Amino acid sequence: MTTPVTGPVLVLLDHAADGGLRQPVLELLTAARALGTVHGAWTADADGSDPDARTLELLGTYGVETVHRLDVGDADVRLTPVLAQGLTALVQSAGASVLLLTSSFENKEVAARVGLATGAGVVVDASAVEVADDRVVAAKTVFAGTWNTRCAVRTPLAVIALKAGSVQAEPAAERVTATVVAQAVTVDDGARRVRVTEHTERAASTRPDLAAAQVVVVGGRGTNGDFALLEELADVLGGAVGATRVATDEGWIGHDAQIGQTGVTVAPQLYIGAGVSGAVHHRGGMQSAGTIVAINNDPEAPIFEIADFGIVGDLFTVLPQATAELRRLKG
Amino acid sequence: MRIVVLVKHVPDIQSERALGPDGRVVRDGGDGTINELDENAVEAALLLVEQHGGEVVALTVGPADAVDAVRRALQLGADAGVHVLDDAIAGSDVFGTVAVLAAAVRRLGAETPVDLVVTGMAGLDGLTSLVPAALAAELDLPQLTLASELTVDATESGWTARVRRDLDHATEVLEATLPALVSVTDQANEPRYPNFKGIMAARKKPVEVLALADLGVGATTVGDAGARTEVVDAARRPTRENRILVTDDGDAGLRLAAYLVENKLV
Ligand SMILES: Cc1cc2nc3c(=O)[nH]c(=O)nc-3n(C[C@H](O)[C@H](O)[C@H](O)COP(=O)(O)OP(=O)(O)OC[C@H]3O[C@@H](n4cnc5c(N)ncnc54)[C@H](O)[C@@H]3O)c2cc1C
Repeated sequence: MTTPVTGPVLVLLDHAADGGLRQPVLELLTAARALGTVHGAWTADADGSDPDARTLELLGTYGVETVHRLDVGDADVRLTPVLAQGLTALVQSAGASVLLLTSSFENKEVAARVGLATGAGVVVDASAVEVADDRVVAAKTVFAGTWNTRCAVRTPLAVIALKAGSVQAEPAAERVTATVVAQAVTVDDGARRVRVTEHTERAASTRPDLAAAQVVVVGGRGTNGDFALLEELADVLGGAVGATRVATDEGWIGHDAQIGQTGVTVAPQLYIGAGVSGAVHHRGGMQSAGTIVAINNDPEAPIFEIADFGIVGDLFTVLPQATAELRRLKG
Repeated sequence: MRIVVLVKHVPDIQSERALGPDGRVVRDGGDGTINELDENAVEAALLLVEQHGGEVVALTVGPADAVDAVRRALQLGADAGVHVLDDAIAGSDVFGTVAVLAAAVRRLGAETPVDLVVTGMAGLDGLTSLVPAALAAELDLPQLTLASELTVDATESGWTARVRRDLDHATEVLEATLPALVSVTDQANEPRYPNFKGIMAARKKPVEVLALADLGVGATTVGDAGARTEVVDAARRPTRENRILVTDDGDAGLRLAAYLVENKLV
């Protein structure tokens, strides 16, 4: 049974430079509501800006009552040590019982540092979170998606990083009005010793975020660099395009598209891999997908061991045929 | 330049890995290996010392066979090894491990200052990626994590380390003056293989074995007693049922489309 935790649940409101909330934040807010009262942590940009009216309204729709606007002065909040110090102060001033973040590489570092500073138990890459027997319990899969575990936090504060796409985002039954409270935090010199000398935001794609997409179409070495075929299928399915390390190393697609143990972890409803052998490093990032489809001309390819629907065939004939048929069926 | 590189002994990623009833990784000793990503860390350290001079010390925390990871680093060219071995450490969570690692780095630094701590981006067993940032915080070192490129140059303010890194939404270049902590990805370099000379030389290299008492770390901060989380359930994921494997006879694309429609995946 789920009983709410005592203190608020503080959710890190990751947002793009233009102030738009990142997609997985709404999932975090949905998960947070089941745990207790929801507060948000908003990092002010260099100009100290608040979330805009539209974002505030959205946050209210998702049940956020209080938004703590974190102001770190002239420190660079993009640096995880800076953000971690700010969040540590917020967690303490809000008396939070849980800190929820999206499980990105940066946020995992933040989680580690907040855990160290506050003595909190930390679980990252979680796929679900609940309160059971008065403790925060997070579910996660380990060993390349071959094991399911549940992990209980023994400390009063739990820091949980949830994987994007694990929770279905749903607005609250009743909307509230989110109020912004400014929180100035002085960051110590230690957190400022790293200088950001270059920072290039990747151009936003019209496709869904890979980490949060419900459908992911993935190309490997077998595509020979022809990602247009994959993009067409992804477009019909409203999905994202991912790749193996071989494909990113070849420069066929950006490194940020790499799925696997050293790339993005995905858990979509549907994964379609074409020309992907299913090496264990890759499987680690996709094996918990709901349905796995594999197209490979080698019947011995390891990916067939985990595929729900495997096609032994040439991707250059199978993919266009599937795409055309899906287009036809959708009318 | 004195570099401490962290190496971890983990179950081979290619092998069948399992959790025991206590929620801990089953370490039957048989098919353990150095965490692959730590080979990138060792390589990064070796390259820097080849360029600027100095020494590389490989550090591991773990049970008896964990020394294999240190041995591997020595074969590749590290100069010395440290193995923190203590029964009380078993079952430690990330913070227990970090307390021990930090104490070991401090001890090394007390002998001769440590300029750089290099780690892999994650352990391929637990894969949490929490150690580098937590260790940097514990040691109060600037952190340059997830480096896909790493350079260190002599500058007016001392050594300056520079890393390029790819994040989910951006690419960054970060800089800090040493001492610092760096974690590297598998993009950072191509790890070398040990050669015969390296293997022979490694036999003569010192590996210092330390216990918690040598490091002044209390037994309550480590092990299961100090762990802030506990695994309450662990089960192998059920294998997929109703699997279909077809060989393309010219209509596999159509069958795929039908399958997706039938299973409400479009
Ligand atoms: C430390 C480390 C970390 C790594 N991390 C990752 C990671 O995060 N992600 C990752 O993906 N990899 C990672 N790798 C690499 C990984 O081990 C594999 O090398 C990689 O996943 C293989 O990619 P691939 O499947 O595209 O290529 P291959 O293994 O070469 O497979 C290509 C497949 O395409 C098939 N094929 C060829 N032509 C066709 C055709 N016309 N039609 C259909 N099928 C065809 C072939 O039969 C083959 O099975 C890592 C490796 C290391 C050492």
